[in-house]
Amino acid sequence: MSIDYLDGNALAGPLGELFAVDLTVAVGTCAGCGNSGPVAGLRVYGPAPGLVGRCAGCEEVMVRLVRTPDAVWLDLRGTLSLRIPMPDDQQGG
Amino acid sequence: MRRLPWRVAELVEVRHETTTARTLVFEVPGWPGHLAGQHVDVRLTAPDGYSTQRSYSVAAPEQGERVELTVELVRDGEVSPYLTEILEIGDQVEIRGPVGGWFVWRPERVAPVLLVAGGSGMVPLMAMIRARREAGSSAPFRLIYSVREPDQRFYLDELASPDPGLDVAYIFTRKTPDGWARPPGRIMPPDLAGASTDIDSFVCGPTGFVEAAADQLIALGHAAERIRTERFGPTGG
Amino acid sequence: MAIVSRGFFGRRGEGDVKLPPGQYLTHDFPVLSAGPTPRIGLDRWEFTIDTELGETHRWSWADLMALPSETPTLDLHCVTKWSKLGTGWQGVSLDVLMEDVETAAEYALAYSYGGYTTNLPLEDLLDGKAWVAYKYDGDDLTPPHGGPARLLVPHLYLWKSAKWVRGIRLMNEDWPGFWETAGYHNYGDPWLEQRYQGD
Repeated sequence: MSIDYLDGNALAGPLGELFAVDLTVAVGTCAGCGNSGPVAGLRVYGPAPGLVGRCAGCEEVMVRLVRTPDAVWLDLRGTLSLRIPMPDDQQGG
Repeated sequence: MRRLPWRVAELVEVRHETTTARTLVFEVPGWPGHLAGQHVDVRLTAPDGYSTQRSYSVAAPEQGERVELTVELVRDGEVSPYLTEILEIGDQVEIRGPVGGWFVWRPERVAPVLLVAGGSGMVPLMAMIRARREAGSSAPFRLIYSVREPDQRFYLDELASPDPGLDVAYIFTRKTPDGWARPPGRIMPPDLAGASTDIDSFVCGPTGFVEAAADQLIALGHAAERIRTERFGPTGG
Repeated sequence: MAIVSRGFFGRRGEGDVKLPPGQYLTHDFPVLSAGPTPRIGLDRWEFTIDTELGETHRWSWADLMALPSETPTLDLHCVTKWSKLGTGWQGVSLDVLMEDVETAAEYALAYSYGGYTTNLPLEDLLDGKAWVAYKYDGDDLTPPHGGPARLLVPHLYLWKSAKWVRGIRLMNEDWPGFWETAGYHNYGDPWLEQRYQGD
């Protein structure tokens, strides 16, 4: 058994550098197997050379994030969708 | 615009937890506050510009611009030897955060809580226990804290007289105190069995520990979506 | 600008050895991974070379063991800035594996058990510059370090030396691999410090 990964929680810092909302609480759907779950529940490998978030169900790559000195590369092609909770007070309703 | 800036953090207080771990209290001007269970990134920079960073869980709930971390020495690590042995009051590091909105306990939540800690995985769970106390919450808390040996426990005095409604149990995996009923050994389903499975669980520790504890909880009938985990990886130090 | 932490120097060796720019010397052998470590039984292990003409050359583990091997001593340079010098390996030179392969391709894509890929010009695999290695330091190569066999292309950053290598596809067009499509340099020469795209 391989136990050399972290939780999707480990993406919170690097993603927090990019986005105003906390994407680790978003529900992601895997493009490989269709499983859904919080980004915080992904299996994350890294941090170097980059962070690789894999589906806990099928181990397909859902997220890749590489920090270069002057850019962040974010590859979400393995993520079919992200459902991001938005509290009422942020919708102006 | 940087969503999450690095802030200068000055060490203002040190508390020794064990022979290899200490709690570091930083003053971080502009700190936006945090929730119990969140973590921060700590960045160290050498005189020639070389820098490296690590993630650490916050050990105490929001208290103004103070950020409290408990750091365990990783023998051949790069950052933890500095934080546990070299950093002195008045020295500065950089801190970014807080991050992670998933592995958090909010004081308005009234459901019973099971905390399962392996080694230094105790740190974010202590933040939850302290947040509960501070909020005067009566949510029932149960802590199961697994360590190798008795003298490796963090926050020993504070947990020796637990708050009302907080139940504390220890698991020793290698050596127990004299007269301890449970033989030394890794966490097992009976350690986790309880009256109800209608509870929120937070499991934090090394990856293998978290894996084992979460699997056992699921086998005991806990719903996977009510088990939140935080793994400490091999890339620490 | 980052503030300097008093008394922090990092875990980097000092010394006079000549390292590529920005690298530091390490004596341990760090393991980086982008996924679970594949475990491949030798009975079902195979290595293939697929050409641009659709030809496939295939070696079983026994086939590989029967080929003449070399024992190069190599310096390794990881893009995460550590370098490890004088490492001892045993493996089969790509020149041997390519001996009967007919190709006019210019590019190669190495692919691995577990799904990893990395691309490089074919000429960087030839003329004694690359190996399929199965022993490190005299012992069988362990899975965390890429065993049972990994590619070794030591004149490029180590991410080009695909662990758990399963085959090489020869192509007329360049096909960027796992890290090359996520911000890392397409070629990766450590002496030119080609870490990221644009370097």
